[in-house]
Amino acid sequence: MLPLIQREVVDRKGWIDEEEFLNMIALAQAAPGLIAVNSAIFIGWRIGGWRGVCGAVLGAVLPSFLIILAIAMVFREWKELPAVEAAFKGIRPAVVALIAAPLFKMAKSARISWLTALVPVAVALLIWLGHVNPVWVILATILITLCSIYISSYRSSK
Amino acid sequence: MLYLHLFISFFKIGLFGFGGGLAILSLIQMEVEQHGWMSQQEFVDIVAVSQVTPGPIGINCATYVGYTVGGLWGSVLSTFAIVLPSLIIMLSICKAYFWLTKRFKGNPYFEQTLRMLRFTVIGLVASAALLLMKPTTFIDFVSWIIFGVVALLTILPNFVKNKVTEIISHPILLIVLAGFAGYLIYA
Repeated sequence: MLPLIQREVVDRKGWIDEEEFLNMIALAQAAPGLIAVNSAIFIGWRIGGWRGVCGAVLGAVLPSFLIILAIAMVFREWKELPAVEAAFKGIRPAVVALIAAPLFKMAKSARISWLTALVPVAVALLIWLGHVNPVWVILATILITLCSIYISSYRSSK
Repeated sequence: MLYLHLFISFFKIGLFGFGGGLAILSLIQMEVEQHGWMSQQEFVDIVAVSQVTPGPIGINCATYVGYTVGGLWGSVLSTFAIVLPSLIIMLSICKAYFWLTKRFKGNPYFEQTLRMLRFTVIGLVASAALLLMKPTTFIDFVSWIIFGVVALLTILPNFVKNKVTEIISHPILLIVLAGFAGYLIYA
């Protein structure tokens, strides 16, 4: 989605420049929440303050909202049809594959090593088999990282 | 009460949803499962619909879950609740933009935490996939064949990069083909 945003906001409208766009991506990805919505808030604020934010967020959310609302209204009855149910039997494993396959690229771009691979393995096992809520795993990641840097910097300063 | 639960759940998902669409799935799944809002099959189906429709997957899920649980107002509330943390946090970031870029760029605490979160996010995505590998979604060996073929075609462009692999690895095409295969096999 980011190349699409870049073409519209930087190249076509010239609302922000290339460098600011890169800063925006860094912030939108670092902050929690949906990246598309975060980007919309940033751009909306830069060009139009509160009104800009309202417009940009509505623009980012409304198309999805309306499309899914329309689908949700008919989906349950529609799915009772034997042909649709049969099609979904084929689609479900494909969806799981579409979730799993990007892991390969994510691991590569995070420059994962055998040692750091222990983190995602532990996370996946905790949630999958331990049924730990992902919220706790995310909080634990943040806390453990902050503490370990604090301890190591404290040690090196002594 | 129902609306309050919807609001809290999706606010939580918005607040802790680091790392984009796929990472958010495990959070949504956990909330939906704990509240018994929909079956696992239904959750996979809505992810399928999200993959073939435009827009952020988080918004799509929030709207759908909200509608099935609480009707029109449920869908409005859930969608608002998932966006609200972003609004609060991103607006604070925007207001302190110059102060933040000066202070946080190169800050070891900040940079290292983000780096570790990237590894955690990989685990979150893996858990989302693992949680869905159940007899309700993988009904027989054909399911595993479809899973294998789709996974292979999706990672193929990482090894062989050309026009053909780019086209056949497109998620919408793969879902349509899997649906067609399902129709031929199970109908």
